[in-house]
Amino acid sequence: MSNPPRPRLAVWKFASCDGCQLSLLDCEEELLALAEKVEIGYFLEASRKTLPGPYDLSLVEGSITTPEDAERIQEVRRASKKLVTIGACATAGGIQALRNFARIGDFLSAVYASPGYIRTLDRSTPIAAHVPVDFELQGCPIHRFQLLEVISAFLSGRSPAIPHYSVCLECKRAGHPCVLVARGTPCLGPVTHAGCGAICPGYARGCYGCYGPMESPNPPSLSLRWRALGASERDLHRVFRTFNAAAAPFRRESEAHAD
Amino acid sequence: MPGQAPTAGEAIIDREGLQALLDALSARGFSVIGPRVRDEAIVYEAVREVADLPEGWTDRQDGGHYRLERRKDRALFGYAVGPHSWKRFLFPPQQRLWRAQRTGAGFAILEEAPPLDRWAFLGVRACELRALAIQDRVFLGGSHPDRSYAERRRGLFIVALQCGEPSGTCFCVSMEAGPKAASGFDLALTELLSPGSHRFLVEVGSPAGEEILGAIPHRPAGAADRREADALLASTASRMGRSLDTRGIRELLQDHPEHPRWQEVAARCLACANCTMVCPTCFCSTVEDHTTLTGEGAERTRLWDSCFTLDFSYLHGGSVRKEIRSRYRQWMTHKLSTWFDQFGSSGCVGCGRCITWCPVGIDLTEEARAIRASLPEPTHA
Ligand code: SF4
Ligand code: SF4
Ligand code: SF4
Ligand code: SF4
Repeated sequence: MSNPPRPRLAVWKFASCDGCQLSLLDCEEELLALAEKVEIGYFLEASRKTLPGPYDLSLVEGSITTPEDAERIQEVRRASKKLVTIGACATAGGIQALRNFARIGDFLSAVYASPGYIRTLDRSTPIAAHVPVDFELQGCPIHRFQLLEVISAFLSGRSPAIPHYSVCLECKRAGHPCVLVARGTPCLGPVTHAGCGAICPGYARGCYGCYGPMESPNPPSLSLRWRALGASERDLHRVFRTFNAAAAPFRRESEAHAD
Repeated sequence: MPGQAPTAGEAIIDREGLQALLDALSARGFSVIGPRVRDEAIVYEAVREVADLPEGWTDRQDGGHYRLERRKDRALFGYAVGPHSWKRFLFPPQQRLWRAQRTGAGFAILEEAPPLDRWAFLGVRACELRALAIQDRVFLGGSHPDRSYAERRRGLFIVALQCGEPSGTCFCVSMEAGPKAASGFDLALTELLSPGSHRFLVEVGSPAGEEILGAIPHRPAGAADRREADALLASTASRMGRSLDTRGIRELLQDHPEHPRWQEVAARCLACANCTMVCPTCFCSTVEDHTTLTGEGAERTRLWDSCFTLDFSYLHGGSVRKEIRSRYRQWMTHKLSTWFDQFGSSGCVGCGRCITWCPVGIDLTEEARAIRASLPEPTHA
């Protein structure tokens, strides 16, 4: 009797820093189990060997910023049974979506000696703006335990246990006194997606939103509170304009405050 | 004090006596949990010595605001309730319920070992005793008692504190939950501070409390000690930072689900769930199931949940309470109104935590007042 074929896994990179893929490589102990369980079909960060599609599970890192990538993501989707996007770039456009708020030509002429050679889109967009996505895992970078949870869930055909509520729930379960209430430190935890385990409040710092918007965020109310704590309009403009700048609730809130 | 007539069953201990109490508890196998200063707040954690207690500290509290401050005296219990409540010990925020392991054709369930610790809680206030009684009703009443809660609750030793320092958000008097602790403890302390004297009036509430008191140095309390303790409680009762008119509150909330005030508060509410996390009576939990990568093992974890999350009301096809308006209404109506239908009491003890620890300072006493004030008089008998 032969073993059933192992599911084939692919990891794709678009415009990104590779940090989320590295979260996978950071899973040192679990990597061996993973390698037994799946066949790594495409993962250039880990191996140059590639296998042809179709892939049972594709993990996609990065946003779409070039015409070529806009084509390539279509191919990836066609070759993938399940497609999961990982990280703020893939789910929201990433830090590079700051270009969405400016004129791309200005950047090109400021950065490149011969901008005529550059072919780029004027906006950085999440993968879900181009193809259907089976699951989005938020975070900048994603948490490796959450990534393992998503992979395990897809391998066993169940839905991933990834909650979409605020960081505050993780913060309170961990027993951290609220930094906003007890210190007057501005914190984005109430509007931010859980997943990090409330790392920053655990170090007496305010959350700065790297996991992007939670399921039902209310940024205007939190902004009023930040103002009362001494934040300026410019602070608010900027704090919502980081790794998840193009995620709609954060984009709208940054636009509501002048730079 | 010499010459005083002793008060039945009551004793006086001093600071050394308090240390002797901590020692006697740990000699009997209890892990003592009590107040400590950590991260700019007074939290409940392990204490071994009187020196661990928040000597000379107090707190200033208001909606969305908490600051530690220095006191002029050396009080050890001169603060009000903080961000933690005792529920985190009896109903842990995150707890594995069981694991499963594949065995050939089937699988085996691996049970979790019962907790090793037996706790003694030091400094439990009247509102917190009431909250404990409410959670006892939730977890142990009815036909399906919660085994984990029962294991943790059994053998608990409670040193209550007669409250001498209410906060700016307290309203236990309105909820008839304080400030005097009348029962539900093994020992109760009243901290009596006057120039040149720092002592504790000790009341005995159980045979276990009596046994411990017998093992530590103490002297009988006198009528003057009792008078001082009574005066302190009366002063506490007169210094509540908030109040709530509870007349007809059950109907007031249940009869007005479409009141415009719900929309108004929803504009401010972040649906962050802090209020439910810090509330000493909120008992909701969810379970998460995880499998290992190899598919050989699985485990189920119970986590504190809240009616402010979307998943909380997820039924076939989606969440029932999509708007923050309906989630805030669920929370406040459950606490002050439908809890009566469910458990025969209010779900609120007036501790003020949900007001202080709401990042935007939403205050359920103010919300209730606004709804009442908008209605034609009287809505209640
Ligand atoms: S510190 Fe931040 S994340 Fe934690 S409870 Fe307060 S607001 Fe929420
Ligand atoms: S509802 Fe608020 S005041 Fe009432 S018991 Fe809960 S936290 Fe305390
Ligand atoms: S108020 Fe919400 S979280 Fe608290 S017990 Fe009721 S339903 Fe549960
Ligand atoms: S009432 Fe306050 S603490 Fe509760 S969910 Fe709303 S904003 Fe958060």
